[in-house]
Amino acid sequence: MGLKGKACIAGAFEHPTRKAPDKSVAQLHAECAKGALADAGLTKDDVDGYFCAGDAPGMGPLSMVDYLNLKLRHVDATDIGGGSYLLLVAHAAEAIAAGRCNVALITLAGRPRSEGMATGTAPRLGNPAQPDLQFEYPYAPTLVNMYAMCARRHMYEYGTTSEQLAWIKVAASQHAQYNEHALLRDVVTVEQVVASPLVASPLHRLDCCVITDGGGALLVVKPDIARSLQRPLVSVIGAGEAVKGQSGGEVDLTYTAARWSGPAAFAMAGVTPADIKYASIYDSFTITVLLQIEDLGFCAKGEGGRFVADGNLISGVGRLPFNTDGGGLCNNHPANRGGITKVIEAVRQLRGEAHPKVQVPNCDLALAHGTGGSLGTRHGAATLILERG
Amino acid sequence: MADPQRAMSFAGMPETNPETKPYWDGCAAGKLLVRRCLSCGKPHHYPRALCPFCFSDRLDWIEASGKGIVYSFSVMQRAEIRYAIAYVTLAEGPTMMTNIVDCDFDRLRIGMDVVLRFAPSEGGLPLPVFTPA
Repeated sequence: MGLKGKACIAGAFEHPTRKAPDKSVAQLHAECAKGALADAGLTKDDVDGYFCAGDAPGMGPLSMVDYLNLKLRHVDATDIGGGSYLLLVAHAAEAIAAGRCNVALITLAGRPRSEGMATGTAPRLGNPAQPDLQFEYPYAPTLVNMYAMCARRHMYEYGTTSEQLAWIKVAASQHAQYNEHALLRDVVTVEQVVASPLVASPLHRLDCCVITDGGGALLVVKPDIARSLQRPLVSVIGAGEAVKGQSGGEVDLTYTAARWSGPAAFAMAGVTPADIKYASIYDSFTITVLLQIEDLGFCAKGEGGRFVADGNLISGVGRLPFNTDGGGLCNNHPANRGGITKVIEAVRQLRGEAHPKVQVPNCDLALAHGTGGSLGTRHGAATLILERG
Repeated sequence: MADPQRAMSFAGMPETNPETKPYWDGCAAGKLLVRRCLSCGKPHHYPRALCPFCFSDRLDWIEASGKGIVYSFSVMQRAEIRYAIAYVTLAEGPTMMTNIVDCDFDRLRIGMDVVLRFAPSEGGLPLPVFTPA
């Protein structure tokens, strides 16, 4: 099913907090929902579909729907980790196209910073029935050392360097300096990134995203409702999703599921990577960005290091302005899940509401891409193509 | 000089289930077993009751030679005792997650030949790990 003309993003809200010890997770979800409704000019009673993922406290959507006291016709709580919210935008658009709801609310929130979570450096014990757990957990896989193995292999096969990876952080920091809410606003240099302490070789501290409290919300609505509101129109025109794992032991860490979700989204939208004016690209680590840029087709496999170097991702400087809010690397990675902020900044760009220093001129076509889980083991990917108007 | 060995643990989770018990029985006997499909002939890891390539339920176990090559690795510095996690490609084909032990981690390289060892886990079964050949 194509999505052109089927759904618009009418509301987008990023919670300004980056540390919220005085708020509950459910409260943060509610504050995000309220913010997105205010942004769109809609009310709570207009919502007839609710979408959330694993950060929502309680069983699937049940506790949050009850807490928010929503009266709904449709729910979906598909969890593919941090990129879930891009997938949920697509699922919401499909639900709207199928007539199952008219105003779909998507929320994300969490407080890993207040809770002192060792997000990337401690192994996580999952469900004991998780089939991979007994073959992995005792070896102490963490988020950082898993992504580090992807980086190491890419370096081995393609000659990618730590300095090239550092350019991704440099570009994010160039953008974050203009974001008053960003956790890290200092501009950094390639030298500073590679001189920062190794967390898990070859990834340094500054190759890693921030750990923040907060959240965000989106409203995906039927086009005639979007046209009745006083906000610039943003349409969903393409979407793709995919999952990649260890392939029964045929492990290949040099590419991600974006290799499949990207082309599916471009084909649905009828556009190519060269047409994209702005890209939100999931940036849990610098290597995450590099792999996805290749897999989405912005450059050939193995060319990512050369592509991201020399400021090519910096708005106003390079060919592919990315993560102009500062991204997960500098701005925000609420609940350890950066997917929703990827959509929010793409919406800002398409509305012409990004910070003037980073706004892409005549930004009429944007891509937002997210990944979730771990690129080193198993992960989900979701790609959205969004259009102004 | 070799890096010190981190204590490895299953953290109290069930180590085996009926599907994987032969693998862990093998480890207890000092053998690394690889699941192989009798229908399509392909070996896989981690072991399943149904072949992940053709869904056949006709599989056997083969004993790995213990020879492998480092596919990728990372030395975790942000840990009480630093450790080397790796994917090792077995001579039999599949690539498995493991730790590299009993060596100077700064000398690890992708493509390095490694050999199987078993390391004790805290209160649990021995774990297959590798060390430079």
